[in-house]
Amino acid sequence: MLSLIGILIVVVGFILRINPLLVVTIAGLATGLAGGLGPLEVIAAFGKAFITSRYVAIVWLVLPVIGLLEHAGLKERARTVVGRLQAATTSRVLLAYFAIRQITAALGLTSLGGHAQMVRPLIAPMAEGAAENRYGELPQRTRFRIRANAAAVDNIALFFGEDIFIAIGSILLIRGFLDQNGIHVEPTQLAIWAIPTAICAFVIHCTRLLFLDRKIRNEIAEKAEKT
Amino acid sequence: MITLEHIYWLTGLMMAGVSIVNWRDRSNPRRLNNTAFWGIYAVTFLAGTYLPDVVSGFLVIGMVLVASIRGLGQGRGESATREEREASAIRWGNKLFIPALAIPILTVLGTVLFKKITIGGSALVDVKQVTVISLAIATLIALTIGLVMLRAPLSAPIREARRLLDAVGWAAVLPQMLAALGALFAIAGVGNVVSGLAQRWIPLDHPSAVIATYAIGMAVFTMIMGNAFAAFPVMTAGIGLPLIVQKFGGDPTIMSAIGMLSGFCGTLMTPMAANFNIVPTALLELPDENAVIKVQIPTALVLLAANILLMNFLVFRR
Repeated sequence: MLSLIGILIVVVGFILRINPLLVVTIAGLATGLAGGLGPLEVIAAFGKAFITSRYVAIVWLVLPVIGLLEHAGLKERARTVVGRLQAATTSRVLLAYFAIRQITAALGLTSLGGHAQMVRPLIAPMAEGAAENRYGELPQRTRFRIRANAAAVDNIALFFGEDIFIAIGSILLIRGFLDQNGIHVEPTQLAIWAIPTAICAFVIHCTRLLFLDRKIRNEIAEKAEKT
Repeated sequence: MITLEHIYWLTGLMMAGVSIVNWRDRSNPRRLNNTAFWGIYAVTFLAGTYLPDVVSGFLVIGMVLVASIRGLGQGRGESATREEREASAIRWGNKLFIPALAIPILTVLGTVLFKKITIGGSALVDVKQVTVISLAIATLIALTIGLVMLRAPLSAPIREARRLLDAVGWAAVLPQMLAALGALFAIAGVGNVVSGLAQRWIPLDHPSAVIATYAIGMAVFTMIMGNAFAAFPVMTAGIGLPLIVQKFGGDPTIMSAIGMLSGFCGTLMTPMAANFNIVPTALLELPDENAVIKVQIPTALVLLAANILLMNFLVFRR
């Protein structure tokens, strides 16, 4: 039971809005101590785990080139291109990205997206640009809502697309785990049974996206009434 | 052979560059904090493989202290005004998309091609890490295209990287920190304690109740751990296999596939999945760090309910 202290620290820390790096470090050290490690052993275990997880940070390598292109006006260009398409609305831009992202992820092309390389420089400016094209300068609140939706589309389409591809990490993990327990399953079977949920995810989230345009319109009307 | 280690060196060099740019930037009131933070981070990339674990541990604690005591600052924001960027956008037009789209396209090409290229019998790149290495190489090529096309000075990319990385701030390191926390949870056996609690307190004598417990348990445990991969073995060994499969005769394939996806619903709702939920709020400069989670929660909850229904319908049919 004592080993649950880390979970408690994380929950309390996030609620009190203490710097998450500090919260997570303290939770990690406390969990290790509760699990019976000595102080130096805990620090070593934490250091080792941090070093072996470095691959998570490799995505930051895209920042120099993205920054360079942003400096040269990439986001502004993405807005202009969308602005020329009369039919483009925020909902439609995000729906199109959702479909492309989910289908390509299902084909194993999970790297055709991502927050640093696609959402920030291209998708979010396009979704904002479509709304600006219709309503002019957007209120901050609406701008932030559109950006958060752009990030959510990338996540949801990826999560519920990638599991249809047979060589993805989660399928390999399931297969390995069941093998250890004496149950042999085919990756293709696992992939097939991910399809019903993938369809549900598409229907549910795209339905919500269809209402986004209306929400943006209402927010702008509200703003206009106030002023 | 190109391995992950080489990519770490490259990342380390970038972090070191970011640290140096910060050191020289007097517009940032906390420039020394930023210099130390990214500097130590650079060391973990350049030397992490060779350092004793304890030393790495103290380096990480050092970074955390620098980031949480007085915190990190930011230099003067954008390097170009909006007007300058708009003028530049008109000048370059759609050519600007070439390097940006080269990154994902070359990454995908790399993942396919590098597996096939061998030199003198050994693979050109470490096949197990092919996606990450392809991403890094694609980025380098895209950067070269960008530099040549825009005729930008060589120092520009690192200055721009500094601007973006400082905008993200400590959140850039959070995903890695959470992965480390997950490892400590595993060492301390947190998973077994949680599944033990679930088995003791939840009525598990009806198939539908078991399925709901399993799916919701996957989501909740994923929210705690920040990762469905950590939750899956624990919940499946604790509830899925003994009850759904062995006691009630459910299909393990269908149960596992939908169980994992129930975990993904949890991923959408937790700040612990920082690289998906917290990092984008920093990247998109949103003031509310839970903004992305708030958008995702309705979809995640409806989809979790859909998963429970699907598992009820599908898992006992054979």
